[in-house]
This record gives sequence, C-alpha cells and structure tokens, in this order.
Amino acid sequence: MLFLQRLLWRLATTAVTLFGVAVIVFTVVRVVPGNPIAMMLPPGATDADVARLKALYGLDRSIPQQFLIWGWGVLHGDFGTSISLRQPVLGLVLGRLPATLELATMALVMAVLMGGAAALTATRHRGTRVEAGIDVTNGVALSIPDFLWGLLLIIIFGVLMPVFDISGRVSPDLKLPFTTQFYLVESILRLRFDITADLLGHMFMPALALAIPLAAIIGQVLKQSLKETMELDYVTLARTKGYGETRVILREALRNAILPTLTLVGVQFTFLIGGTVIVERLFSYEGLGNMAIDAVINRDLPLIQGIVLCFALIFTGVNLVVDLTYAALNPRLRHA
Amino acid sequence: MLDGRGAIRRRAGARLWLSGGWLLLLVTVALFAPLVAPQDPLAQDLMSGRLPPFWSAQAEPGFWLGTDSLGRDVLSRVIWGARVALTVACIAGPLTALIGGALGLIAGFYRGWADRIISRLVDIWMAFPPVLFSILLIAVLGTGLTSIILAIVVIDWTRFARVVRAEAMNQGAMDYVAAAQVAGFSRLRTMTAEILPNVLPTLVALLSLEMGIAVIVEAILSFVNLSLSTDAPTWGGMIAEGRTSIHQAWWVLAFPLVALFLTVLSFSQFGEGLKDRFDPVLR
Repeated sequence: MLFLQRLLWRLATTAVTLFGVAVIVFTVVRVVPGNPIAMMLPPGATDADVARLKALYGLDRSIPQQFLIWGWGVLHGDFGTSISLRQPVLGLVLGRLPATLELATMALVMAVLMGGAAALTATRHRGTRVEAGIDVTNGVALSIPDFLWGLLLIIIFGVLMPVFDISGRVSPDLKLPFTTQFYLVESILRLRFDITADLLGHMFMPALALAIPLAAIIGQVLKQSLKETMELDYVTLARTKGYGETRVILREALRNAILPTLTLVGVQFTFLIGGTVIVERLFSYEGLGNMAIDAVINRDLPLIQGIVLCFALIFTGVNLVVDLTYAALNPRLRHA
Repeated sequence: MLDGRGAIRRRAGARLWLSGGWLLLLVTVALFAPLVAPQDPLAQDLMSGRLPPFWSAQAEPGFWLGTDSLGRDVLSRVIWGARVALTVACIAGPLTALIGGALGLIAGFYRGWADRIISRLVDIWMAFPPVLFSILLIAVLGTGLTSIILAIVVIDWTRFARVVRAEAMNQGAMDYVAAAQVAGFSRLRTMTAEILPNVLPTLVALLSLEMGIAVIVEAILSFVNLSLSTDAPTWGGMIAEGRTSIHQAWWVLAFPLVALFLTVLSFSQFGEGLKDRFDPVLR
C-alpha cells in the first residue's frame, strides 16, 4: 500500500519534471539568435520562400501555440522533423541512442569492476600503505572530470602507446551486416567477434574516461561501508570460525555492505550518462551526445528538443527505478 | 604514535600547501601575464609552426614549450589562458555559491512551499545533461566571457542548493536552533546568525570545488568552439587545436592539459583541505 503510494507520487513528480524540462528547452531554443530557416535556404531566396518554410516547420505561430502543437505530437510519438538533417527526429534519436547506451553501460561495468576491486583490496590491506595509496588514487580520480580523463587517455593510449583507436565507433572500412543499432550486442549474437573486437577497441577509451570518476566514488563508498560491516559481531564470529580474511570479506561482509553502494551507483549513473555528451565529442563517437552538439551548432530546434527530452527521460527513469528499488529493499521505508 | 585525527590533519596540511601553492603561482602568472609571457600569445609565424619543446633538438630559443600549427608560442598562450580560466573561476564560483547557497538555505530552513518550489526546480535542472545545457545556453546568450559565467551560474546553482538545503535541514533540527528561537531570535536572524556559520565550512569546500568546475566548463565550451573568439588564448581552445594535430604536435595538447589538470585538482584538494582544517569535529 505504502509502496504503491510512493510509486504513484514518484510517477507524478517525474511527469512534472519532464513537463518542466520540455517547457524550458522549448522556450530556450526559441530565443536562440540565428535563424535556422535562413541557414537552409540558398542565397537569393525570396521572402515568400522564407515564409513558406517557416509555415512548414510551424515557426510562424506564437511560442505557446507552437508548444501545444509540438506537445500534442510528442504524446503521439511525433517529435517533428529535423531541420538540418530533414528526417523525423524520433528516428534520428532512436538511431543514435543505442550507441550511447552501449557506451554508458560499458562504462558502468568498468566503473563497478574497478571501484569494487579498489574497495576490496583496500579492505583486505587495511591500515597499510596499500590502503593509503588507494585512498590517494581515489581522491585524484574523483577530482578530475571525464573530459580531462578522456584527453589524458588520448595522449597516453593514442599517441605514446597507440593501441586503441581514438575516434569513431567502428572502423569505417568494416562492413556491418547488422539490422539494429546495438552493434556490440548484435556482433556478439551473430558471433562476429572480429567486429566485436573492433567495437571494443573504439569504445575502450571513452568508456574508461567516463568510468574513472564513478569508479572512485564506488571505491570510496563501498570501502567505507565494508569498514563498518567488518566491525559487526557476525563478521568477528566468521573470523573465529577460522575463515581466512579474504573469505570473510567476500562471503560475509560484502553482502551486507553492498546496498548503500547500489543506490549510489544508480544516481551517479545519470551523471555518467550526462558525461557522454562531451566524451562522445572528444572521441568522435557517433552517439546521441555528439549529435546534440551538432544540433545546437546548426540551430536545429526540433532535434535539440528531441534529444534533451530523451536525456531527461533516461535521467528521470533511472532515478525513479533507483528510488523505488531502494524503497522496496529498505525495510525501514517499507513499513514507515 | 599518531592518532587518526593527527594523520588526517597532517595530510590535509600537505594538501593545502601543494594545491594552494599551484593556485598562487597561477594567480601570479595570470596577473602579470604581459610581463611573464615570453611572446605575444596572438603572434603568428607560419615559418616556425609546430616547433617542439625546449629539450628537443629542433627547438628554437624563446619558444620554451614549442609552438602550435600557426607558430604561436604555447607557453605564452598557456599563461594568457590562465587569465581567462581564473577570471571565470573567480566570478562564476562565488556568484553560483551565493545564489545556490541562498536558495538552499531558504529551502532547508523555512521548508514549506518555498522548499517545494526550489526542490522541484532542482529536480528539473538535474534532468538536463549539464554539458548540453551549457552549450545550449551559450547558443542563446552568444559567446563571450559574460555568457560563460552566466551559463555556469544558471546551471550549477543546484549543486549548492542541494547540499546547503540538506545541511540546513540537519542544523535546523538541532537544539541550539530551538534555543535561539526561545531566546527570541527572529526566523531570519536564526538563519543568518545561527545556521549559516555552521553551514559555512561545507559551503567553502563546495565553492573551491565549483571554481575548478567553472574552469572545466570554460575549457569544454572553448573546446567545442563556443567560448571566446577562436583566436583568443584559452586552454580549451588550445586543446581543441591540439586534438586535431595530435600526431604531428602532441605538445599543443599536452601543456594546456597539464595546466588544466593541476588547476582542477588543486581547486578540489584545496577545498577538501580547508574543510578538514575548519571542521570543528576534526579540530
């Protein structure tokens, strides 16, 4: 009952948030100086041509009117037509979204593995130089944002040790026999591991750049949480049974220490997705964020709206799921 | 034997000195850029393009860190770029802290409808990808220093609002606040005289962090060519140029990147160090 209440309340606030995002982005893009229509027409176009094109994109109406028309379309799955690419926005967004999702998921996996390893190693070697070293590394990793890690990786792995590709999603000379845009997933399913390897080679550096700050947060929080768990009686009991320290950490303490980390990872994951915008740009990775920057530069109003709304949908969706999972798992909230 | 607190304080000390030292050096260099920079940062010389740094055999004297593809001196551009970076940090940081902190304090202390509105706004803001938001704002506001600063304030106030709100709510539940109310303090006076000083250490640490973020945002906007004119020496602009010629002249990317790296790291470590030093619990 209470869970249902919470669910409904959260759905309502999410709807309000999305509406707010839509209003803001719609208004903001319409005060952008620089006329997208003028950029589309060849020199020498008459005023009548401009007016016709404006009418075609609905730009001749007032902003509230435009918003209602657009909003009505969005609710019916019609996000309008991109001005610079002259294709439906929904198709463009859905075409690029898989690339971004694959990148973000890969980064998340890397962050969990690296952060988890750091926390477990530091806990295993509590009070030694190893722990101090991991703490300092975490502190540095946390202070530097993904953009700088990306640049640093470009210098290290792109120039000093050129082992990875520094731009694009896949080598342009590869023929892709794919039907979806989820290249990585599909290449594995079709057992085309040559393409998988190429995709991973392109994905490694942008994903690592995104993963490092999150890995540091995971490392810190999981370590703190493990530290508290390690002092509980049941862990001491496990130790007196003669279990080795590694086994005590992995089999006994980790299970109880992991919940606070999980909720944190959920929230931080949205920051990671936000980071894809500039990291994709940096590595010329053909995802949603890279397209978004082009859309802003080209003053492509419908496309900007569509992409921002797509990001907002992902962010609020992730937050909703995290919040509800936490409510479902936390007995104190369940019976409150 | 050192107890835990001693160890933390010692580490905080080293952190403060190292990060503070770099920031002080940067401020000095930025203030005296015309005197310190060996060359004119805008002077092009196509005949001496892509000269390597001083340790290389092909280096030319006077161009310590080499030149970019247009023959502009990398060291001088890094020095002048520090001016832009620090200007943005020193104006955008405090302004963001002031606005976000005030809103957070009001939301956390007064609660009620003010809190509801501010929290809803924060939710909406958090649903925007920040980099895309800033690029969009620059497209609206036009390029230039003022636009960058405005964009940072408009986007990042939520960072302060969220933290200060939570902190003010914690403090508001404490006995000393109730005592102040009993003693006849007005709500406003309780907020400014009792809550604010206790929120201050967090606010200062966050401010230092935010100044580093402001430097990054400026670099990102210059990187996508939306900050100042393309000619102006900015770290982000140099990085963008260096990114395209990375295989021919890595130093054009590397040196501004090192400056950016150290600056962002120093701002965040300086803030953390200050917080540890002024935290009454640790002291």
